[in-house]
Amino acid sequence: MNLRALIRLRALVYAVLLILLAIAPLLTDLAGKPFMLDVLSRTLVLAIAVVSLNLILGFGGMVSLGHAAYLGIGAYSVGIASYYDLYQGWLHIAIALTSSGLFALVTGAISLRTRGVYFIMITMAFSQMAYFALVSLEAYGADDGLVIYGRSEFPGWLSMQDSRGLYYWILGILLAALLFNWRLLNARFGRVLFGAMHNDARMQALGFSTYRYRLAAYVISAMMCSLAGVLFGNFNGFISPDIMTWTRSAELIFMLIVGGVGSIFGPLAGTLVFVLLEEWLSTLWTYWHLPFGLLLIALVLAGKGGIDDWLKRLERVRRRNG
Amino acid sequence: MADPLLQLQALNKHYGGIPATDNLSLDIESGEVHAIIGPNGAGKTTLIAQIAGSLAPDSGRVVFAGEDITQLDVAQRARAGLARSFQITSLILPMTLLENMMLAVQARSGHSFRFWKPVSREQGMRESAMHYLQQVGLADRAGLLASAISHGEQRQLEVGMALAMQPRMLLLDEPMAGMGKQESARMVELLAALKQDKTLLLVEHDMDAVFFLADRLSVLVGGRLIATGSIDEVRQNPEVQRAYLGESHA
Amino acid sequence: MEASLFYSQLLNGLQLGLLLFLLASGLTLIFGVMDFIHLSHGSFYMLGAYFCGSVVAWSGSFLLGVVAGVAASFVVGAAVEYLVARPLYRRNHLDHVLVTFGLILVFDSLVQILWGTAGMAIALPDVLTGQVELGSVVFPVYRLVIIASGLAVAFGLYLLVGKTRLGMLIRAGASNRAMVEALGVDIDRLFLYVFALGGALAGLAGLLIAPITGASSGMGTDILIVAFVVCIIGGIGSVKGAFYAALILGLLDTLSRAYLDTLLGLMMPVYYAETAAPAISAMLIYLLMALVLAFRPQGLFPPAIQQA
Repeated sequence: MNLRALIRLRALVYAVLLILLAIAPLLTDLAGKPFMLDVLSRTLVLAIAVVSLNLILGFGGMVSLGHAAYLGIGAYSVGIASYYDLYQGWLHIAIALTSSGLFALVTGAISLRTRGVYFIMITMAFSQMAYFALVSLEAYGADDGLVIYGRSEFPGWLSMQDSRGLYYWILGILLAALLFNWRLLNARFGRVLFGAMHNDARMQALGFSTYRYRLAAYVISAMMCSLAGVLFGNFNGFISPDIMTWTRSAELIFMLIVGGVGSIFGPLAGTLVFVLLEEWLSTLWTYWHLPFGLLLIALVLAGKGGIDDWLKRLERVRRRNG
Repeated sequence: MADPLLQLQALNKHYGGIPATDNLSLDIESGEVHAIIGPNGAGKTTLIAQIAGSLAPDSGRVVFAGEDITQLDVAQRARAGLARSFQITSLILPMTLLENMMLAVQARSGHSFRFWKPVSREQGMRESAMHYLQQVGLADRAGLLASAISHGEQRQLEVGMALAMQPRMLLLDEPMAGMGKQESARMVELLAALKQDKTLLLVEHDMDAVFFLADRLSVLVGGRLIATGSIDEVRQNPEVQRAYLGESHA
Repeated sequence: MEASLFYSQLLNGLQLGLLLFLLASGLTLIFGVMDFIHLSHGSFYMLGAYFCGSVVAWSGSFLLGVVAGVAASFVVGAAVEYLVARPLYRRNHLDHVLVTFGLILVFDSLVQILWGTAGMAIALPDVLTGQVELGSVVFPVYRLVIIASGLAVAFGLYLLVGKTRLGMLIRAGASNRAMVEALGVDIDRLFLYVFALGGALAGLAGLLIAPITGASSGMGTDILIVAFVVCIIGGIGSVKGAFYAALILGLLDTLSRAYLDTLLGLMMPVYYAETAAPAISAMLIYLLMALVLAFRPQGLFPPAIQQA
């Protein structure tokens, strides 16, 4: 992104979006609808997960149907620590990062030796394994889930005890994640990942051991997603193994596609649209999954690149018309 | 006299009953241009693949600069100094020529676990990439997407990327494939310029190019090496005349 | 540990294994021959159960219900192949995942709209209820029927894939699609049959288990992942592989759930054994999958030559 990019339509849209998000608590207070901040908080937490998925799927072509497991690992880090009366925020984060990193390292090392159909199914299977592991732990609620009685504790102005504080934590981490993705894509690491996605044989022939880069990306994205999980646990006050099923991972992929896979802001746009659509459609009809599913099928068959791509096309049209 | 740069020792590769590579041994001297010729299906690409590491032989050894590299994978061999260009053009199509070339330079510039600094701001790599683009005559096309240039230019880029790896040896699998007269001539010029300081192992069908460039020839038929030597020696070999060269070129 | 209990669990494991085989055999062919990621395979499983249930309730005949369930799944399978899968073969796997995931949403909602959210029970005819004595073991007749059906289908598939022209084309397609196309075979028709056959087998599995567990709208997604694991362990594209893998997994899963806590109790304090056992037996099939992948990533019985 250089200076010329800043005056493009996409950049404008995203800039306005970010400003609105920054002052959102103010806006929801003024509108007298504080619950909207809750909806927004939940959406942005999911957006962080989708940003992390973009790192491996959008930049690296790794279609993981097991990514939601890391949301679960992050949330359970908070839940289980709180169960033992350990509420220190930095401890929660440390547990989340370490456990997700290790799980990703082991499962990634095995999964990334495979390709195509195998890879997708193996990521699915590993997340189901994690799901079953947690379901069978009676102590931590098993099927029924685990109530989280208090939020992660951070000192002073970093506190996330009230909804405003938590919201800014979520927004902060989201912005950090977006920044990280942006820099990574254009840095050496991102170039290797991108190249390997399009032509792995060529990259290896140049001397890149692509497996190592993919594994690193996989672990990093898992850790980023677990941060989303920590925030989710705090926001929800409750965590159940359901969050780790492969169907939840498929939803994350759906959100990414809607926004534009491989773009920087796509994950944010896609998650917003997905959640808003979900909120709206579910009030209209109990069986809203039906039009939702049909919409997804239509979207893919039509072959469009998501919101980000749609904005790009608009730009081109505007430029042609002067 | 120095050891040969590349030593192929009793390589074997069989698919079912079919010998793609049949007890093949060959030495490539440092600094020479060595061409491998043979009819279609003789196993030339299979041989290149086994040297580059993308295919494992059933038995035999590949020794490069005195070291046994038979167990090394493609990337490891590339880092050891073996550069390969593919028979079917293999580039990162959604990237520009410059970006493709920078990847080749990047591979030789330390590790790529760098997450922050944009690659476009790495001046040294950029200059190096432009230098190699110039060497293959593509400097003015640097900003174009690899998918947007002609077939011949794509193959030039491939050779350029192989050069940018600063290899000790270049494996070129049919560099002239699919090229017209003009493009072929340009490629021959490019390869001729490399003769001075690089070792080239070349698979080609274009006989004019082969006779112009090669110091030595090897003839591959049915996975077996039936002759090796200077151009004249090979030309006069009766088995070769019978099996391959035919009337028009001999 | 009673012998009769053990034999009973053994037969249960066999039953589970054969059901998994029915589900996985179609799936492995769809993966192998068409390189298509079919997440909605579980939907055929569900539809077979529901159609059977409705016809049984309407006609009173279980046999008619079975025929209806299999036929309906076959037809829906063919329709899905023609309308949804066919435009996607040349597209990447991500598109397959998204579209078939969308199909799951569609089918689940349709089932809820047409049959309600409460699930459905399927009544068995009197002749199939009741029990039979095999030596010292008392075993429900219906479970034996399931085992017999599973074995019959397995034998039928063995004949189909191994001895017929269609089967030869399927095996060739699983190994080398391009070659089959080059031979001038009507690939479209081949794919249609494979898909529809897979759907029918899944539907059969669903309607066979439904009298025991009831039909519900989530039944497809739960069992799907296990079917995937069977395909991976057996080797994608290989029906033989799916058969052995399904039996191994069925037996392993059933026996571990029954006996692992006792087994672990021999090696550690009972409290730990009882806490760990359910977790480990639930994870066992995935651990096995990881193990197979570590040493033999192409599966136990992969088809002769792999697609690129």
